[in-house]
Amino acid sequence: MFRDCILAALVTLGLVVGPAWAEEPFIVVQSTTSTQNSGLLDFILPGFEAETGIEVRVVAVGTGQAIRNAVNGDGDVLMVHSKPDEEKFVADGWGVERFDLMYNDFILVGPKSDPAAVGGGADILTALTAIEAAEAPFVSRGDDSGTHKAEMGHWSAAGVDPTDASGTWYRETGSGMGATLNVASGMDAYALTDRATWLSFGNKGSLEVLVEGDTRLFNQYGVILVNPTTHPHVRANAGQRFIDWLIGPDGQAAIASYMLDGQQVFFPNAGE
Amino acid sequence: MRDLVSEMTTCLKARELQVQSNGKTLLDVPELILDGPGPTLILGPNGSGKSLLLRCLHGLITPNRGQVTQDGTSLNSDHKARQAMVFQQPVLLRRSVAANLDFVLRRQGVGWTNRKRRIVELLGEGGLEGKSRQSARSLSGGEAQRLAILRALALNPETLLLDEPTSALDPGATQMIERMVLRASKKGVRIVMVTHDIGQARRLASDVVMMQAGNVVEHGPARQVLTAPKTEASRRYLAGGLIT
Amino acid sequence: MHDFASEFSKALSLIFEGDSELWAIVLLSLRVSMFAVLIAAIIGMPVGAALAVARFPGRRVMIVLMNALMGLPPVVVGLLVYLMLSRSGPLGVLELLYTPNAMILAQVVLVTPIIAALTRQVTEMLAEEYSEQLRSLGVSRLSSVPVLLWDARVALVTALLAGFGRAIAEVGAVIIVGGNINHVTRVMTTTIALETSKGNLALALALGAILIGIAVAVNAMVSTLSLRAEQEGLRHA
Repeated sequence: MFRDCILAALVTLGLVVGPAWAEEPFIVVQSTTSTQNSGLLDFILPGFEAETGIEVRVVAVGTGQAIRNAVNGDGDVLMVHSKPDEEKFVADGWGVERFDLMYNDFILVGPKSDPAAVGGGADILTALTAIEAAEAPFVSRGDDSGTHKAEMGHWSAAGVDPTDASGTWYRETGSGMGATLNVASGMDAYALTDRATWLSFGNKGSLEVLVEGDTRLFNQYGVILVNPTTHPHVRANAGQRFIDWLIGPDGQAAIASYMLDGQQVFFPNAGE
Repeated sequence: MRDLVSEMTTCLKARELQVQSNGKTLLDVPELILDGPGPTLILGPNGSGKSLLLRCLHGLITPNRGQVTQDGTSLNSDHKARQAMVFQQPVLLRRSVAANLDFVLRRQGVGWTNRKRRIVELLGEGGLEGKSRQSARSLSGGEAQRLAILRALALNPETLLLDEPTSALDPGATQMIERMVLRASKKGVRIVMVTHDIGQARRLASDVVMMQAGNVVEHGPARQVLTAPKTEASRRYLAGGLIT
Repeated sequence: MHDFASEFSKALSLIFEGDSELWAIVLLSLRVSMFAVLIAAIIGMPVGAALAVARFPGRRVMIVLMNALMGLPPVVVGLLVYLMLSRSGPLGVLELLYTPNAMILAQVVLVTPIIAALTRQVTEMLAEEYSEQLRSLGVSRLSSVPVLLWDARVALVTALLAGFGRAIAEVGAVIIVGGNINHVTRVMTTTIALETSKGNLALALALGAILIGIAVAVNAMVSTLSLRAEQEGLRHA
C-alpha cells in the first residue's frame, strides 16, 4: 500500500518534472517595475523576440536594486530611469554606454477630497509645500527606486525634508509602485507615481490625478549594455542587438504605439 | 543443523558481575557458569535482577564491574552474533510478518530464493502460515511473540535468550511458545530463559538459576532446585511466600 | 474594487477554461516545489534520523540549531542564495540565477531543516522503541537509519507535506533568485505578488484560491493514501 503511495508520488513528479526547461538564446534585462507593471514590455518584446529569436527575460525591481544587480553582473542590459545613477554606472566601468530611450511623466495623485487643495495645479513644488503645510498623508516608495529618487529631488527643490515627518503624515512603504499605490488608495493619501503604472493600476479607489504637466515631472529612461570587459559572461552581442532594436526605428515605433486607456504613455526620444 | 556435541562446549560465564545505578547495586553475581545443555531458566520475583542478568549475558548492558565470558574469552561481537534475544514485549518492525523475518535473513546475506524458502519454513514452525503478508503490528500478543521467536531463530543462534516471553499471554498462547522453545532446544539451541512462573520452570528447565534482590541465591539441576531447594530464599519463593 | 465580483469570476473562468499561460504557471510551481521537497527529503531525512540515533558532543546544539532554522525568513534565504548564485558570487559560473533551478535551491534551503527536524522527532521515538532489539540483532546506530526511516514512513509523509506546504506558499525567496521572469520563473506566488502590485486584487485573490486548492488537493491525496496504508498496516499499532 505504501508502495502505491510512493508510486503515485513518483508518477505525479514525473508528469510535473518531465518537460525540460526551455533552452534558447536569451538575455536578462534588469529593469524597473514601472515598465513591467504598465504592460509596456509585454507589448513590445514579442516583436523583438520574433524578429531575432532572442528571448528577453525581464527582472523587474526598483531602479536602485536593478543597478546593484547589474553591478554584480546579474544581467546583460540595464533599463532604468535615474539619469545621474546611470551615468555613474557607466563612468564606474560597469556599463558600456548610456542611450536615451524614452520618457514618460510623473503625476501627483491623491484623494478626491484633496485636503491640501492641490488639485488642478501644474507646479509640483507648490503642491508638495501645500501637502507639508496641511500635514496631509503622503505615501512614498522609500525604496531607492528611480521614482523615489525623483520624488526626493522635488522635495528638496521645494525646501522640505519630509523624512523629518516619517511615520506621521509622511509614510515610506519601502515597496514597489503598485504596492505603494495600494497603500495610498487604502489610506486616502497623496503619492507620486509614473503615469504608466497609474493608468494600468486596478485598485485606484478614491484616488485621482491632481497635479500633472510640470516639466520637472519629466521621467527619462535610459538603456545600457552591461560592460563585457568587467563581466565577460555578459551576452554582449544579443544585448547590443536588443539595445539597437530599442533605439532604432522598430523599437521606437513599438514604444510609441503602446496605449493605455487610449493614451500614449511612453514617448520614444532616442537620438534626440 | 548443529550437532549436540559442539553445542555442549558453549559455556557462558559471569564473573564478579556488578551493575549499579544511582549508587544502588542492582546486580551482584560473583560467579555463574552456564555450561549445561539447557534449557536454563532464571527464576525469581520481579525486580530480582533476572532481566538485567540476561542483558549482561547478551551484551546489551555493560556491567560496572566484572565481565561475561563465552568459551573463555570475554563477550565480543562474534559471540553476540551467535546469540539471539527475545524480549518481554516483542519489538516487531512496522512491516509485514514475512518482512520481519526477511530483515534478519537479508542481514545475514541469505540469497533471495533461500530467504523465500526459509520464511515459509519458519512461518510453518510458528503456526503463522497464511499471515505472511499481514502487518506484524496487527498480530495478537501470542502471534507477535511467536514471530519474535521465529525471527530470533532465523539467525541460527547457538544461544537463545528469552526475557519472560509469556508473561503477558494466556495459557494457550504460553503453551505454544513453550513448545517452540523446547523444539529449538531439542535441535541444539542453548536456551536461557527468564521467568517468574514456577510452573514454567518445572515444564522447561534442565537447570534453574534462582535470583533474589540482585543475587543468585541458588543454581542447580531443575529437579533439585525446584523440589529440594538448598536456600531459605528459594524455599520461600517456591512456597509462594512474600520475599522482600 | 467596484467590480470585484466580475474580476473574481473572470479569474476563476481563466482557471476552469484551462488558460494555458495560467496553467503553465501552476505547473511550474508544482515542478519547482516538488523537486525541492524531493531533494530536501533526500538530504533532510537521513540527517534527521542520524541526529535521532547518533550520540556525539554538540548533538543538542545541532538539534536546537535545526529547529531554529525551521523558521528561517524566506527573504533572508533568498538573499543568501542570490549572493551565492550572483555572477559576482562563488557559484556565479553555474549560471543558475534567474532559473527554476535557483528557485529549487532556495526552497531546498528553506525546506530541508523542516523535514530534518520533523524526521528527527518521529524517528527518535521509534529509535527508543527499537533500540534494544536492533542492538540485539547487531544493527549499529548509524545503520539503523534506513530501518527507522522505512518504518516511520507513514509519519514521515506528514513531514513531506509540511515541507511542500512551506515551499509552494513561499514568495520572498523565489522572487529574489527567480526574478519573476514571465514564462521562465514566474510561479503562483510571484504572480500573486505581481498582480497585487498592479492593483489587480481580485485576480491575485483568485490565484490565491488556486494555491489553496492545490495545497488542499495534495494534502488530501497524500493523506488518503497514507491513511489507507496505515489502516492496512498498523491496525493495532
